[in-house]
Amino acid sequence: MNGQATTERTMAQALNAGLREALSDESVVILGEDVGRTGGVFRVTDGLQAEYGAERVVDTPVAESGIVGAAFGLAVAGMRPIAEIQFMGFSYPGYDQVVNHVSRIRNRSRHRFTAPLVIRIPYGGGIGAAEHHSESFEAIYTHVPGLKVVVPSRPIDAKGLLTAAVADPDPVIFLEPIRAYRSMKEEVPDDSYEVPIGVASIERPGDDVTLIGYGAMMREVREAAEVLASSGVGAEVIDLRTLVPLDVETVIASVQNTGRAVIVHEAPRTSGFGGEIAATIQERALYSLRAPVERVTGWDIVVPLRRAEKHYTPGVDRIVAAAMRTTEGH
Amino acid sequence: MPGDMLQILRPDGTLVGDAPVDVDTTRDLYHAMVVGRVYDRKCTAMQKQGRLATYAPFEGQEACQIGAVAPLEEQDWVVATYRDAAAMWFAGYPMVNLILGRTGDERGGQIPEGVNVLPPSITVGGHMIHAVGTGWASKLQGDGGVSLTMFGDGATSEGDFHEAMNFAGVYQTPTVFFCQNNGWAISLPFEQQTNAAALVDKAIGYGMPGVRIDGNDLFAVVAATTEAVETARSGGGPTFIEAMTYRIGPHTTADDPGRYRTEEATDEWRRSDPIDRVRAYLVANDAWDQSWEDEVADEASDQVEAAVEEAEALDPFTAGEVFDAMFAEPTQTLLDQRDMLRRDG
Repeated sequence: MNGQATTERTMAQALNAGLREALSDESVVILGEDVGRTGGVFRVTDGLQAEYGAERVVDTPVAESGIVGAAFGLAVAGMRPIAEIQFMGFSYPGYDQVVNHVSRIRNRSRHRFTAPLVIRIPYGGGIGAAEHHSESFEAIYTHVPGLKVVVPSRPIDAKGLLTAAVADPDPVIFLEPIRAYRSMKEEVPDDSYEVPIGVASIERPGDDVTLIGYGAMMREVREAAEVLASSGVGAEVIDLRTLVPLDVETVIASVQNTGRAVIVHEAPRTSGFGGEIAATIQERALYSLRAPVERVTGWDIVVPLRRAEKHYTPGVDRIVAAAMRTTEGH
Repeated sequence: MPGDMLQILRPDGTLVGDAPVDVDTTRDLYHAMVVGRVYDRKCTAMQKQGRLATYAPFEGQEACQIGAVAPLEEQDWVVATYRDAAAMWFAGYPMVNLILGRTGDERGGQIPEGVNVLPPSITVGGHMIHAVGTGWASKLQGDGGVSLTMFGDGATSEGDFHEAMNFAGVYQTPTVFFCQNNGWAISLPFEQQTNAAALVDKAIGYGMPGVRIDGNDLFAVVAATTEAVETARSGGGPTFIEAMTYRIGPHTTADDPGRYRTEEATDEWRRSDPIDRVRAYLVANDAWDQSWEDEVADEASDQVEAAVEEAEALDPFTAGEVFDAMFAEPTQTLLDQRDMLRRDG
């Protein structure tokens, strides 16, 4: 991408640019609650209806099953719908459509019918939102066969992954970390580009411990790597970017080198995606491990409301402490 | 049968109104209804022999299933359920695929390109919104396509019925909602399904026209569906049709209706058989004789037997093949799991 024009953008702005680009394909339709006139509750679709019209950027009734089910029908009939659900906590009425129809139409018709759609779901906490607005239940999607699950952590990946998701021949659950929508700006290419689905990013090389994260938690993971560096511990930072299909090779190669792994996510601990990563590491790299795999996660509690939410979301200190534990005595 | 409803052909085969199709077309539709019944009885028999997985018979609903599809064109979509095999077949879904599906084989859904009929929905009620989506796509693509979705009275209790009807109303999608009110949702009678006097009354709540018809009257079904399809095709939006019919058989071959209903009501509906009614009409119009009847029956039987033979000749998937259709290309994770299955059995 050297030499290309770039613009400094937040993730929300990068996604907006990616959606605008996607709409240049006439089969793309954006549908969701308040995505048109107001540009969505997070303004990710800001200005798109004015530019492409109310037939292409569609304000829907308040009905998540209807949104996902209609998107399914559109996709089966040759359109490329991008559905927006306002918050993960509101996605469950549409979950039946995802599990029983979207994820399985290719298999139940042996490729005759497909549902190439993208479901964008803002998720995660950290902004002191109302109840049901802070959930991080990505595992309910990663557990369903037939779905790809993508989680960008930064603007440049958000735009490239979105472009890849829209072009993907299969359904993609596109999880957007609410806390990262505006917390970080970076130069994002103006032209179209894809960040491939299923490829993790090694953001920072290191030889002592592998820090594995995704989504909004990457901010704490990056900061933790800085803190560890100042203590002489070289942390390799992996941003998974895609949960399904998981880039196992990148994770395993790193852990084989460092011998230590810390997995970070804000989702509850039990049955969280970290368990899947930890299990994969022990299957593929047990004899390289020099310490137990650490998980730094949210707790198995309802996300506390604003005044106590800080006790839930993993902080830099917890990540550093876990990483240091893996180095003790080894 | 309760309430006001459109009827054109009386149970004795005499007309109350104008026939929506000519006698030749009526003979074709009669033929199709017979094929449906032969298929249905064959599948029930095969299930008892252990050759099919659970089967959901539709005996008594042939007028609904053939009549509702009759007005459709090539670009139209059909989104139906596990009890709508005759409708799907008549819309172009090959019979071999229907049977293959019921033997328990995903290749049942692998129908030819150009046939716009989705594999049958197994969960109740989630599929109606898909016909809103396919209809919406037709509208955006400007292909003039209409989407027909078929469902039962039970499905109208699902929340997804509301969302589908509401979306169709809001976006004026070319969708025809065809409800076969067959009186029973497994063991639950219609009277306990809703406190509404008639399901058709729900249409007004979504700002769409609704019509209640005699679902055992082929002509009423064809007339109502033709009007709904024409309305949809010309940009007039969706229609809700409530067709009053009856599930003569069990919910599925795993069900025992003796646990919740008596045979008397069923016998009464048997006397209102939709195929007998059309035959009586054809007889009265000098368009039926026994040799033609025998010919139709033989053809239907041959067609069904050929489809059964073709379906049963197909070898089941190998262990590896079960991984092949989760994505356009199998992920590395799936390839690894395929290797595990091959390695360890």
